Amino acid sequence: MNAEPLLVIDDLVVEYPAKGFGKRPFRALKGVSLDIRPGECVGLVGESGSGKTTLGRAVLGLAPVTGGSVRFKGRDISHLKRKQRRALSDEIQVVFQDPYSSLNPSLTIEQTLAEPLRVKKMSAADASKRIRGLLDQVGLPANSADRLPREFSGGQRQRIAIARALALSPELIVCDEPVSALDLSTQARVLDLFKDIQEATGVAYLFVSHDLAVVRHLSHRVAVMYHGEIVEYGDGGQVTSAPEHPYTQRLLLAAPVPDPVRQEQRRADRRRLLESQREMEVQAGVL
Amino acid sequence: MLRFILRRLLAGVILLFVVSSLAYLLLYLGAGDIARQILGVSATQEQVAQKAAQLGLDQPLITRYVTWVGNAITGDFGASWFTSQPVVAAITSRLAVTLSLVFGTTILTAIVATALGVWAARKRGAADRLVQIVSVLGFAIPGFLIAIFLVNVFALNLRWFKPTGFVQLSTSFPGWLSTVTLPILALSIGAIAAIASQVRGSVIDTMRQDWVRTLRSRGLSENRVLYKHVLRNAGGPALAVLAVQFVGLLGGAIIVEQIFAIPGLGPVATQSTARGDIPLVMGLVVVTAAIVVVVNIVIEILHGFLNPKARIS
Amino acid sequence: MSESASTPTPAVATELRAARSHVGRRILRNPTGLVALIVLTVMVLLAVFADLLAPMDPSKANIQDVLAPAGGAHPLGADSAGRDVLSRLLFATRFSIAGALWAVLIAAVIGVTSGLIAGYYQKWFESVSVWVISIIQALPGIVVLLAARAVVGPSIWLIMAVFGVILSPAFYRLTYTAVVGVRNELFIDAARVAGVGDASIIGRHILSVVRAPIIIQAALLAGIGIAVQSGLDFLGLGDTNVPTWGQMLSDAFSRMYQAPILLIWPSLAIALTSISLVLFGNALRDELERAAGKPKKRRRGTAAYVPDASGDAPVTHDEERADDRATLLQVDGLVVGYDQPDGGVKQVVNGVSLTVRKGEVHGLIGESGSGKTQTAWSILRLLPAGGRIVAGTVSFDGKDLAHLSENAMVKIRGRRIAYIPQEPMSNLDPSFTIGSQLVEPMTVTLGISKAEAKERALALLGRVGLPDPKKTFDSYPHEVSGGQAQRVLIAGAVSCEADLIIADEPTTALDVTVQADILDLLRALQSDLHVAVLIVTHNFGVVADLCDRVSVMQNGRIVETGPARSIFRNPRHPYTRSLFDAILEDGAARGPLAHAADRNTITERSAR
Repeated sequence: MNAEPLLVIDDLVVEYPAKGFGKRPFRALKGVSLDIRPGECVGLVGESGSGKTTLGRAVLGLAPVTGGSVRFKGRDISHLKRKQRRALSDEIQVVFQDPYSSLNPSLTIEQTLAEPLRVKKMSAADASKRIRGLLDQVGLPANSADRLPREFSGGQRQRIAIARALALSPELIVCDEPVSALDLSTQARVLDLFKDIQEATGVAYLFVSHDLAVVRHLSHRVAVMYHGEIVEYGDGGQVTSAPEHPYTQRLLLAAPVPDPVRQEQRRADRRRLLESQREMEVQAGVL
Repeated sequence: MLRFILRRLLAGVILLFVVSSLAYLLLYLGAGDIARQILGVSATQEQVAQKAAQLGLDQPLITRYVTWVGNAITGDFGASWFTSQPVVAAITSRLAVTLSLVFGTTILTAIVATALGVWAARKRGAADRLVQIVSVLGFAIPGFLIAIFLVNVFALNLRWFKPTGFVQLSTSFPGWLSTVTLPILALSIGAIAAIASQVRGSVIDTMRQDWVRTLRSRGLSENRVLYKHVLRNAGGPALAVLAVQFVGLLGGAIIVEQIFAIPGLGPVATQSTARGDIPLVMGLVVVTAAIVVVVNIVIEILHGFLNPKARIS
Repeated sequence: MSESASTPTPAVATELRAARSHVGRRILRNPTGLVALIVLTVMVLLAVFADLLAPMDPSKANIQDVLAPAGGAHPLGADSAGRDVLSRLLFATRFSIAGALWAVLIAAVIGVTSGLIAGYYQKWFESVSVWVISIIQALPGIVVLLAARAVVGPSIWLIMAVFGVILSPAFYRLTYTAVVGVRNELFIDAARVAGVGDASIIGRHILSVVRAPIIIQAALLAGIGIAVQSGLDFLGLGDTNVPTWGQMLSDAFSRMYQAPILLIWPSLAIALTSISLVLFGNALRDELERAAGKPKKRRRGTAAYVPDASGDAPVTHDEERADDRATLLQVDGLVVGYDQPDGGVKQVVNGVSLTVRKGEVHGLIGESGSGKTQTAWSILRLLPAGGRIVAGTVSFDGKDLAHLSENAMVKIRGRRIAYIPQEPMSNLDPSFTIGSQLVEPMTVTLGISKAEAKERALALLGRVGLPDPKKTFDSYPHEVSGGQAQRVLIAGAVSCEADLIIADEPTTALDVTVQADILDLLRALQSDLHVAVLIVTHNFGVVADLCDRVSVMQNGRIVETGPARSIFRNPRHPYTRSLFDAILEDGAARGPLAHAADRNTITERSAR
């Protein structure tokens, strides 16, 4: 457990400029710190507006960093010029949530997958070979290459997006809710694919999701975000089953369990938790 | 709401100022030797210089511009170079004619286009195809071509209307109606085409909104949802097209007035343009721009009433 | 979204590929598009070869031939100056078309370039463009052209160049909206992360999207260009040395009483060209939309459609205890289909049977595309356009809703069967206050006064847990949060005291903590009002939380049904079991990352 971290996020602040003059900018991240080791999957859980997606986009250089740093292999990548950023494409990659808008509808799968390879000046023959390899790796038939995205289902598109992320053999993939738009059974299979690929290639994941169960399934460590801050960070099993922070406790008990008997129990637990937290708030207010 | 209106008014005044300034500078910069143009090739050099001094053209452009702005604010736009008639008098006497034509067309267009658009959206099928054909024809065929056609058929052959002439609205309403029917028809077909297809499209889009299903699930009839809720929401985009069409109608009126020999702004515009009578052209630019600005503000306020979100942004 | 089910057959895949890449070729198969294209091609050929085709010099006047009738040396006659009409028409075609094309070219260059820059980089360029456009559009095009004509003289090229500038906002807007739309697509972000440069992104991903709309726009604007150019010449403001359709029209109009026939040729040329341009643009748009949507429709004979409700009967679990509650809703053999353009019917619900008793909560669970929402909408008879109940009955309170008239159905909705939708924000009319949307249905269905309805609405808003009912009542939908909007919609559903509430994924769009609150609210309301609820969901947790009974749907059929506890304890249908297997909630956590060295030893150990 003493491997050098691959990615170190330190006191990161992201602010989006407000529309209109004189208005305060919107602070999406308020000093977030996090680290990811090689080959590790770090899950990032939070509800809408918590800043979890922004954190992923900041690592990718797609969000305006106004404070703190993002260090990848010891080098600060939070304020790179476009050209330097492009050079990072074979080290950090991405899989987005929406399997429908993350692939250009008018490009064939081969054209989409060839894009990163062309940037790296790979010859057409080599690229074509690499693409077959990638399709095989994500479990798609080789004849998928010259088809269009709309001929594939959501789960298959997500496999294509994963293949694109793998094309340049990166060391870190930012996964932004990659299974949230998928059906239950498809979701399980795509998650297994993520796991298999990690075990085979040793790639690290920053895995963003709103679903505690999904994150628990895949992550070695889990960070919980709330209002632009990380409120709890630690071992995946620990955070997702016996959380310490009041918010994580609320989050855990809010998700209904698929079992009528245990759900009745959880409902009661949740009611008790909310009451005790309210009491503590009242006491804190009095003090 | 008051702040919203004031803000729009201020923006309108600024826009009007910018447009007229740009027009002034471009017109005078591009005009060349104006005095020579007025007097013709036979005039002597002295006569030309004298005319230039008389018109104030020997002053630097900026000085003339400042003077013009100062006068314009007090309502003085100078006089025509050729007839010496004050610009304001030349325009106001004809403005009412053009406006009666354009507003008549706008009202007719709004009513007919909304009815056609809703009809096509509701019935689809044959009604839909009919409206689409009308839209293509109305959009494709220029208004003045339609005007020429109408004159030939209804004035020259059928003799239902007089081919030319105009009766003031204030003189006699039936007289006015009989002289403007053909011009308004000619102008409105294109605008009806554009707005009807917009209304049709936005009604169909709005009917597909989730909240339409939810309102109907509460026990409201389809007609009630359509006429109270859908039309109000579909009204916004239609109003935007109406604003654009109004500007187009103002331009179209200039040509159509020529065909029907209607004494509106059209003949003034054509004549002053052909002669290069810049003070008059400037006056026309300011007046039309002012009308456009006012109409846009009215439409935005209407839009604000229809759509609460528009009031904030 | 099952992975294996929607893999297209090779034949369909080929067809789709053909559809995409050859919109240009497809327009030739579109009859309107083809005719328009032929007319336009002929016009262009006439314009190009005017020198060869014209029998005479178009400007040569001959006093003896003034208004000469058609025939002889003048196949189409001569005009008021004795010039040959056919020759003038041919040259006019050349100049009129060239003038329009010139304006469109200038408009396209200015509009597309600035649209690309403004859309891709936004910032200050965007605000400048907005102002420039409002300046350009503050005046009717004709007035600007008249003013320009007053100073630059009658040159057709200068005037049309000015007109090009006036038209450029049309291209700008088109490009700008397309770029902003595409720019925020995730595939652009993915391309950036993949290291693709800006120029390449604009070229590959953005221009390819706006290319076709630009062509359509150009066709429409060329028509406007021809109209305006002819209009100016018709007013007599053009260059008399350059023959155009407008010039000919102007000349003919002045002799309308003597030789009305002269009006025909230029009018015909203008109308024909303009209509062809519009039809060509429309046909191209239709083909594009078709290529983007479904594969080109194949005309199958509209054979009588026979609904297919066959299939295995669902696995039915026995009642755990005697249930003497009366049946409220009985759906039997429900088949729902959508009419297809080829005359066929696409079946989305294939014979669903379902029983909901008074006061029970019934869960309808399935994955996307299973037909669960379609079933819910058919009970309310609120299917989207094209959808209809093809077979089956929906018995409710002694009536068959499937065959009830729309007027009778209006009386059922709201009053007897209410509805809670999935997405809270899109299910409130944005133009009316929340209060008025609650009051209106109450006054209509319950026949109570506005004041009484308002009082009730305020009480309901308090009942569903909104902290400040008065404020929410006066708010517009965009002023409240998603969770609050869902509470408002729940208030609306219970406002008319219905016996059955159909809730379509009522918590799916909400955050987990908000979902828990809404589930608590639904449970409390249900037990207070003793109302039956049919809840559509894909979430087994929601079912476990609320439902007395469950029906599992797959591919438009119910595969398993029974009491919730029994199905959760012992799912019997293979599909239900596979769904339970995919649930992650009870799985083990992955555990901490083993260090590379440790990992090896673990493998060694496990190998031993």
